[in-house]
Amino acid sequence: MTTADYIPDVAPLPAAIVPTNYLTDKESLLSWLLTTDHKRICILYTFSITAFFVFGSAMAFMVRLALLTPGGGWVTAETYNRLFTMHGVIMVWFFLIPSIPATLGNFLVPLMIGARDVAFPKLNLLSWYLFLVGGVMALIAMVSGGVDTGWTFYTPLSTTFLNSAVLITVIGIFIAGFGTILTGINFIVTMHTMRCPGMTWFRMPLFLWAIYATSVIQVLATPVLAMTLILVGVERVWHVGIFDPALGGDPVLFQHFFWFYSHPAVYIMVLPGLGVIPEIICCFARKRPFGYKAIAFASMAIAFLGFCVWAHHMFVAGISIYAGLAFSWLSMMVAVPSAIKVFSYTATLYKGSIQMTAPMLYALAFIGLFVIGGLTGVMLATLGLDVHIHDTYFVVAHFHYIMVGGALTAYLGGIHYWWPKITGRLYSEFFAKLSAPIIFIGYNLTFFPQFVLGYLGMPRRYHIYPPDFQVYNVLSSAGATILGIGYLIPFCYLIWSLKYGPRAGDNPWDATGLEWQTPSPPPTHNFKKTPIVTEEPYAYYNRKSPIGPA
Amino acid sequence: MAQLLPFSPPNASSVADTVDRVFAIELSASIFVVMLVAGLIIGFSIKYRRRSAEDSPPRLGSHSGLEAGWILATFILFTSFFLLGAGLYVRLKKPPESAEKVYVVGKQWMWKIQHADGVKEINQLHVPVGRPIELVMTSEDVIHDFFVPAFRIKQDVIPGTYTSEWFTATQPGVYHLFCSQYCGTDHATMVGQVIVLTPADYQAWLAGLGTAADPLEDGRRVFKSYGCMSCHGQTGPTLAGLYMSRVKLTDGSTVVADDDYLRRSILDPNSQIVAGYRPLMPSFREQLTPEQLNAVVEYVKALSTAKTQTTQPSDDGSLPHVLPDVPPTQSRPQASPSRIEVEPR
Repeated sequence: MTTADYIPDVAPLPAAIVPTNYLTDKESLLSWLLTTDHKRICILYTFSITAFFVFGSAMAFMVRLALLTPGGGWVTAETYNRLFTMHGVIMVWFFLIPSIPATLGNFLVPLMIGARDVAFPKLNLLSWYLFLVGGVMALIAMVSGGVDTGWTFYTPLSTTFLNSAVLITVIGIFIAGFGTILTGINFIVTMHTMRCPGMTWFRMPLFLWAIYATSVIQVLATPVLAMTLILVGVERVWHVGIFDPALGGDPVLFQHFFWFYSHPAVYIMVLPGLGVIPEIICCFARKRPFGYKAIAFASMAIAFLGFCVWAHHMFVAGISIYAGLAFSWLSMMVAVPSAIKVFSYTATLYKGSIQMTAPMLYALAFIGLFVIGGLTGVMLATLGLDVHIHDTYFVVAHFHYIMVGGALTAYLGGIHYWWPKITGRLYSEFFAKLSAPIIFIGYNLTFFPQFVLGYLGMPRRYHIYPPDFQVYNVLSSAGATILGIGYLIPFCYLIWSLKYGPRAGDNPWDATGLEWQTPSPPPTHNFKKTPIVTEEPYAYYNRKSPIGPA
Repeated sequence: MAQLLPFSPPNASSVADTVDRVFAIELSASIFVVMLVAGLIIGFSIKYRRRSAEDSPPRLGSHSGLEAGWILATFILFTSFFLLGAGLYVRLKKPPESAEKVYVVGKQWMWKIQHADGVKEINQLHVPVGRPIELVMTSEDVIHDFFVPAFRIKQDVIPGTYTSEWFTATQPGVYHLFCSQYCGTDHATMVGQVIVLTPADYQAWLAGLGTAADPLEDGRRVFKSYGCMSCHGQTGPTLAGLYMSRVKLTDGSTVVADDDYLRRSILDPNSQIVAGYRPLMPSFREQLTPEQLNAVVEYVKALSTAKTQTTQPSDDGSLPHVLPDVPPTQSRPQASPSRIEVEPR
């Protein structure tokens, strides 16, 4: 027990009397929509990002369907361009960026530090509304003609040349960005001011270090995106020459602004995932993490270095050779803290007592996929090589390995791991163990062929392509089908578990960490007494596991 | 198998081998790392699987030697990757002195190509094996990208500015040309072919085009119709002998009058006023299409090398020279007349 003095106030109640928890406290719809409880806000976010994920995936699936044949299949060029643009916009800003921080982060940050709520509960609710308004605007853009700029909004294409619903999309992202900033501020202040007695910085779970690093990026980078999108809007509406050379602007300036946000944004998406993994691995290997401090500092190093590498997206955009050299080397250096994390997680398994539960399968799959994504990122940062593989399917495969193989796999792992805590129910372990390998195989079949396609020279965002590329495209589309099935299975058994799953108990994994020392689901105020921490985190070494051998 | 599932595009330029080699080195190192991590994960998961509820794993924390080891190892590995790529990038960015310039203008959704000898092509680029070619590129509308996978080269083509890339083709053949920067609705149709011919076939192809127009005709027409000679050679700085000479500017600096200088002087004259002159020249940014600009720059370059000038090129252009409005024919760029003499295959 990390909370040496936490003793339940009451003896276990008879089964008929269920104590109120955050889910059952008040049940009206209004009590949900006006809630300031961080746990309920987690649920609100979970519902909304799941809806966006379904939209985004449907579009991805239509893209893969269109690419089955070289001739473009069943969609026109206009439709295809709208499909991949909206897929990118929705997945990046309305699924991946809020995914782990706004759901698991919201739920766990106060619980893990022994606090009653976040520092600014009302701001927290406001963040969700901003997110929702932004997301709804993106959906309105989708039905009012769609948008076909690509998620990168490159100028002057987006400002002068396209007639689609660019403006409303840009405004939607702008508004949602404030939600991201407020969430970041909220978490930073919460972690600085609301840690319970004894919860020193180096007793914080590694998940919190990752969330802290993520929050710093959210607060520092997102305003640059807001500024850039305003400039896009100003040029589009009032023809003020900022990016369009015909108006006296500079199109490459946009890329500097955009990637100054969007590269750190990649770390907003994947750092929280890197934080989920040690929680799961330590629990199911019954071990302390190997190199706690190195992992914690690596999170901060990634957050810092992430701001210094943006121009590696621009090696063929006409930047100077010297800028290319500097940004290439700095990009290589981000790979060092990432490698520290991977090796530390792997070393944590050494001499453990490893149980292959569903969350553990996701966590180990994450490591494998993240390593492939990271190493191909290093190839892309290699200047002379990037000239060939830039803007091809190699890039598409690389960032999907990080975003889907990394961030999404970690999100699923985290959802499985904390599901008993969030809902109070256990899901079907059999189906969970079935879906994880299906996702892993489907995932690799979808995206691995795209590396080959990219090296062969197939450019991204091509609606039709030369027939020589067809074999790999068919493989990729086949993989996407398997992947889709893999994602449907958890969707079904998790929903099933809400009603029929066995009750989980307070700590089904016998995990350390304050969040496990309170009932499942937790009461509205989290802890009946303020916990006091007297031990290091992950003190698994002196616990006997109540779960039988795997 | 390799036919059905190729792993590498055709290899047809002087740099392609090096790019493939860098890729192979990084790929091998990456496969090693992936195997190492995957092997350890699988090995540990089997060896240290939970055997009983009484398992009591040791309290291991960290091992600073091991941590320092992998920090150092990855630092060295990734820095050497950087060095591999950096050398190649510098090579890709520095065209050989002897490279022949070919103008490329991208517009939604086509490639317009002008050879130095006046031959024009659309969505096709014919080049001979073994001749270094530098593509000087700009766009009329949005950002495009000139990508030839078989040559392993790619460069964004940006409106309002000029970028370049170069290659020396090594294998005759027909290769994909792709626009690889998303440029709007029909992006995927902005494709073409690079046709690499043996020198003999190339000459035959040129001859097959029939008698081409005077390569400087377009430029001369632009020059005349915009009345350039009403100032240049009268009250404005002379253009004779200008190309690649050193020009003194009003701010005291000296620049070399290269292609970039000439283009900038036409598009944005006030950014670089020649010492001794007043900023009178208007910008032609709105008047000229990129192709007209390329043509007039070629024309001005031809004027510079005109042998009929009676005065030596001056450094600061302070002595106006009389300028012939039609340059002598021997001022044409290299190689252009030869194609008429060569017999078709």
